[in-house]
Amino acid sequence: MDQIFTTALRFGDNAMVLGQRLTHWISRSPTIELDIAFGNLSLDLIGQANLFYELAGKLEGNGRSADDLAFLRDASEYYNVQLVEQPNGNFADTMMRQLLYVTYADLVFETMKTSPQKDLAAIAEKAQKEMIYHVRQAGEWVVRLGDGTDESHEKCQAALDNMWPWSHELFAYDDVDEAMVEQGVLPSAEHLKTQWLESLGEVFKRAGLIIRDDNWMPGGGRKGLHSEHLSYILEEMQVLPRTHPGAQW
Amino acid sequence: MTDLKKEWPLFEVFIRSKHGVSHVHAGSVHAADSTMAMENARDVYTRRSEGSSIWVIPSSEITASAPSAKAALFEPSDDKVYRHPTFYEVPDDLEVL
Amino acid sequence: MDVHHEDKDMRARFDAYVADEGKVEPKDWMPDGYRKTLVRQISQHAHSEIIGMQPEGNWISRAPSLRRKMILIAKVQDEAGHGLYLYSAAETLGVTRDEMDEALLSGKAKYSSIFNYPTLNWADAVIIGWLVDGAAITNQIPLCRCSFGPYGRAMVRVCKEEAFHQRQGYEGMMVLAKGTPEQKAMAQDALNRWWWPAIKMFGPPDSDSPHSDQNTLWKIKRFSNDELRQKYLDMVVKQANALGLTIPDPDLKFDEDTGHWVSGPMDWDEFWAVVKGNGPCNRQRMKHRQKAHDDGLWVREAAVAFAEKQAKRNNQQKAA
Repeated sequence: MDQIFTTALRFGDNAMVLGQRLTHWISRSPTIELDIAFGNLSLDLIGQANLFYELAGKLEGNGRSADDLAFLRDASEYYNVQLVEQPNGNFADTMMRQLLYVTYADLVFETMKTSPQKDLAAIAEKAQKEMIYHVRQAGEWVVRLGDGTDESHEKCQAALDNMWPWSHELFAYDDVDEAMVEQGVLPSAEHLKTQWLESLGEVFKRAGLIIRDDNWMPGGGRKGLHSEHLSYILEEMQVLPRTHPGAQW
Repeated sequence: MTDLKKEWPLFEVFIRSKHGVSHVHAGSVHAADSTMAMENARDVYTRRSEGSSIWVIPSSEITASAPSAKAALFEPSDDKVYRHPTFYEVPDDLEVL
Repeated sequence: MDVHHEDKDMRARFDAYVADEGKVEPKDWMPDGYRKTLVRQISQHAHSEIIGMQPEGNWISRAPSLRRKMILIAKVQDEAGHGLYLYSAAETLGVTRDEMDEALLSGKAKYSSIFNYPTLNWADAVIIGWLVDGAAITNQIPLCRCSFGPYGRAMVRVCKEEAFHQRQGYEGMMVLAKGTPEQKAMAQDALNRWWWPAIKMFGPPDSDSPHSDQNTLWKIKRFSNDELRQKYLDMVVKQANALGLTIPDPDLKFDEDTGHWVSGPMDWDEFWAVVKGNGPCNRQRMKHRQKAHDDGLWVREAAVAFAEKQAKRNNQQKAA
């Protein structure tokens, strides 16, 4: 049960932190239409976080609600991958981070939705439908930027260079993940990475982008180890519940 | 503005709310291409599950009847009342019609 | 027949048609004044929705629960959507999105002054739903019957979607007003700061409102500023009382004879100062909008360049 709890928490945290990051674009994006799109992306992700947290709280059995899990844990108790906490940067950075993560999440949920672990399967079933759309949307933008103007191409390639190192952690499975692979909840890291690269490869080809791997592989999110960014994200996100303990909103 | 010329073209959006009914004009969106127009239409016009199918078409591709032609186009049918069932008188108590 | 006469005839026919509740569609003949008034009003309305994303957007990252965060995102999203419906309605009159953007950014076009006030605590983000959207709905319901078809249709859609805005705002205020002493203080503080700006949202008193008469004849406006304000006041006083909050108007009283609430004197100098650009947040709101516009330029250009390349490739494919 602990392993399922941890897995639910990890995917909840991934969705929560990425969703929180994306909300910043609302009213700041290149078009009003994209303001709305960012709203939809973040609503999907925060909705997923909510479901994963509810399940985690139930499995834990200590009466912690989804809100308790979102708002009353410190950065060291958050288990998201560091990719999702990276700053928004410019529009290309955000779309690249988005593409790397949602392509991964789509593939993970594809396996998870057929797993014998019914609670996780139910969440994955719903979440995957959302991820399919996210993958398409992010991919289209990466292609547009990569194959747009010289300026956008340069920015898009820089975004790939910038975000790429953080992607390694997606496949840095630990004991919990391996146990989940055995239970059919997660795809094996190897299989996952092959499919992920294949899907991204098509997008990068159309976009005219190249992967420049410099062998830097930061990570540690699964153990609660993060980049400096996460504590700022959480401080902002948690300010009200932390300042007013026990209050209802 | 430097990008005045480069305004994204306008697309008209038609939405089928559920199977069994026609697509109905919902409004318009700006987009650089039809793929983006489809995404924008989805985000802008179906936030409350209003849609089961979307059509987008460049506004410039629509041929509209001119308001000045309204009389010539539509008034000739005004006196063809025999096309409407109410034109025909049948006994009220006839149950089979 | 000379042109001048024809115009006069058409104008008379138009006025009679509209007075008789006839609806006008974009390609119909319409007087220049009618077109100009509508372009101004609809684009201002759209700009208000777009700038209106900022004060509430300011609290999305700090919304205190997942539920509140999702509600707030959906609401700010609706504002963007409403801005777009309205821009489309204005575009049918021959003005482009770029022209409207340019008018907003250059300060030539106005937007509702209410969004030039800051959201300083969480209750501010909530009270906007109750007080500001409440006023907006009061204003917009009659606009659903506006003589100009596209504007009326956009308003029908907007009003339908906004039904949830005011309710969530009031519900959010109720939770705060019945919450901890700190939460209640937040709610009261927000009401103290937003009450008067909200009451003044309906514009200057009828005695010095420049556009009303012609717009009433053209069925663009159906109720005067003061009539709408009265409707709003009667509704909102009851709602504030039910929350147990104190309305910051010591002169507010109920007139037994008319059955209406009567407010104390409104400070119109303050109102005009904000309209003219000297409210607490005018500059900040414009800077925010300008920055989004500037930062996004390369993205919009990239999308155009890509679309052009794609079109060329498709043509070449067809030719081959």
